[in-house]
Amino acid sequence: MVLGAIFFYLFSALVIASGVMVIGSRNPVHSVLFLILAFVNAAGLFVLLGAEFLAMILIVVYVGAVAVLFLFVVMMLDVDFVELRQGFLDYLPIGALIGIVLLAELLLVIVGWTFASDAMVTAPPPSGMTNTEALGAILYTRYVYFFQAAGMVLLVAMVGAIVLTLRHRENVKRQSIPDQVARSPATSVEVRKVESGKGI
Amino acid sequence: MRLDQAAKSLFMTEFLSAFWMSMGYFFSKKATLNYPFEKGPVSPRFRGEHALRRYPNGEERCIACKLCEAICPAQAITIEAGPRRNDGTRRTTRYDIDMVKCIYCGFCQEACPVDAIVEGPNFEFATETREELYYDKDKLLANGDRWERDIASNLAADAQYR
Amino acid sequence: MGEFFNDYVVPAAIMIGQSLLLLVVLLIFVAYILYADRKIWAAVQMRRGPNVVGPWGLLQSFADLIKFVLKEPVIPAGANKGVFLLAPLVTTVLALSAWAVVPVAAGWVIADINVGILYIFAISSLGVYGVIMAGWSSNSKYPFLSALRSAAQMVSYEVSIGFVIVTVLLCVGSLNLTDIVLAQGKGLGTELGLPSSFLDWHWLVLLPMFVIFFISALAETNRPPFDLVEAESELVAGFMVEYSSSPYMLFMLGEYVAIVLMCALTTILFLGGWLPPVDVVPFTWVPGVIWFILKVSAVFFMFAMVKAFVPRYRFDQLMRLGWKVFLPISLFMVVAVAFVLQLTGWGA
Repeated sequence: MVLGAIFFYLFSALVIASGVMVIGSRNPVHSVLFLILAFVNAAGLFVLLGAEFLAMILIVVYVGAVAVLFLFVVMMLDVDFVELRQGFLDYLPIGALIGIVLLAELLLVIVGWTFASDAMVTAPPPSGMTNTEALGAILYTRYVYFFQAAGMVLLVAMVGAIVLTLRHRENVKRQSIPDQVARSPATSVEVRKVESGKGI
Repeated sequence: MRLDQAAKSLFMTEFLSAFWMSMGYFFSKKATLNYPFEKGPVSPRFRGEHALRRYPNGEERCIACKLCEAICPAQAITIEAGPRRNDGTRRTTRYDIDMVKCIYCGFCQEACPVDAIVEGPNFEFATETREELYYDKDKLLANGDRWERDIASNLAADAQYR
Repeated sequence: MGEFFNDYVVPAAIMIGQSLLLLVVLLIFVAYILYADRKIWAAVQMRRGPNVVGPWGLLQSFADLIKFVLKEPVIPAGANKGVFLLAPLVTTVLALSAWAVVPVAAGWVIADINVGILYIFAISSLGVYGVIMAGWSSNSKYPFLSALRSAAQMVSYEVSIGFVIVTVLLCVGSLNLTDIVLAQGKGLGTELGLPSSFLDWHWLVLLPMFVIFFISALAETNRPPFDLVEAESELVAGFMVEYSSSPYMLFMLGEYVAIVLMCALTTILFLGGWLPPVDVVPFTWVPGVIWFILKVSAVFFMFAMVKAFVPRYRFDQLMRLGWKVFLPISLFMVVAVAFVLQLTGWGA
């Protein structure tokens, strides 16, 4: 278990350090890169917990897709750092408030856990099946309605986003690849004998 | 009409026929030469590296008339003339060609009344430094000695068309 | 002390030894894959290809390696130096690390983890970061455009690759790569009463998925005809414009390791991994790893041929193919395969 502990502290320290760097670094692109590092290390923590499926899904979804879009947007920003620094003090009160609330919640959780650790019941890791199987078994039986409802909510959100942004403009020439592929000399070329001096 | 088109794209017939055709080319004879070991034919009129020729008795042909220097459109040729020390005939004391400036137009060999300066068949004279491309008289005469046989046969082959 | 030695040092040493062996074999294989790529491309264009260094040019890749290492690395003055140098390392290390879970023969795998296929999928989805970081940190127009293109392209094609993998997983019932290969020992051919053969592999039953996976793998690894990220006629060399010397070599290496990985993944998912084509005597004498290498080489041959005869896509056509053709087909196939499996009781 010594090795596990070493890796736990390694990953945790890296998560915290890169979390600090997300806020602390001057360049927003560096912030996103540190965010990605934090995600990867969090996935490492999941692996240590024996939840390798969640770890991989975290990487595929958050690092492989969401963070790419973050980076995509942040890369194209033309950020003026001086201006960014100026607003810092204005937002300090509300930022501090949110920070204090979060800190209080964390303290509550930690205090509750130390004094009444048996109050929080965690499911024992299932034996005889991989955790992918266990997750699927519970997700598609006990929580199937919630799972489907969550899927529907996401679908509606996606359709909504498409409906809001889709505009059909008139008089725009669009490429129809099937039509182009279906063309043949018979339908597109006409051979005519043109008498000299007369034109068509 | 649309149905057979759909079937075509579904079974990727065009992809398969393209694959078949490229496999044909894959095994066909190579169109390229194996260059440093195999070389393509070179025309007798080919204008390559310059050379100063000599008469068969070893006397250099150039008489320092400076026609080549005059006609050179890139002004790549520099000639200084003077009497030769042992017999007092008019010869070049300096004959430099800046091969970096030269555009290989061949005017110098056309202008030469004694067929002294010629552009030989050699085109493989790349160097590692620029300085090596500033040819002087010794280099040009050495070229002439080295390529004389090819130059002579090329001139003979081309003579009937001139 | 002896317990510590037996518990930690020996397994770690064995694992490092295995990794080094795999790394050396893989890198030599990649060197010859690079050579083969150039030779095949040349042959289709009726050229000779590299044929000077060593007999038939066989040592060309090693000569290139020496050249790249000895050249001077140039870092542009306006580049973001740290990210600029990190990008090629990210590309190469990620591409190599995915090989930890690839089984090259029965039991020949460094880490036989339960979520092997997801691990490879996750690693290959990270591959885009090398390109984006390189494009952004170069502080130059062409690399930046290339980074934008690659971000959109890789995310799009990952979706259809994901669905293809899901259909295979439905048939197999496991995320473990060894199980995926072993599940292809019986299938369509054995149902007909034939001995275990190439008819059992997934490529036949899941033919549309096989084709989609192959094409998406081309797009995922930025191979022609989807090499818009480094399209030389539009973006000079894309994200690699500002790179030279060893960093450039790391990019090339990472790219080709990723290509071989995709070939290996195609082999494992659809072509029966290390299983012999027909399970009868002359074929079973050949060791599994030979079959695996032969299959990977065959898939790579198709990669190289496609490069030689398919013209490059335009970017909007690329997006159309990914989102409007492959995504609906693969989504439909997931549902259809699940339906058939549930109805007939095949699969796990």
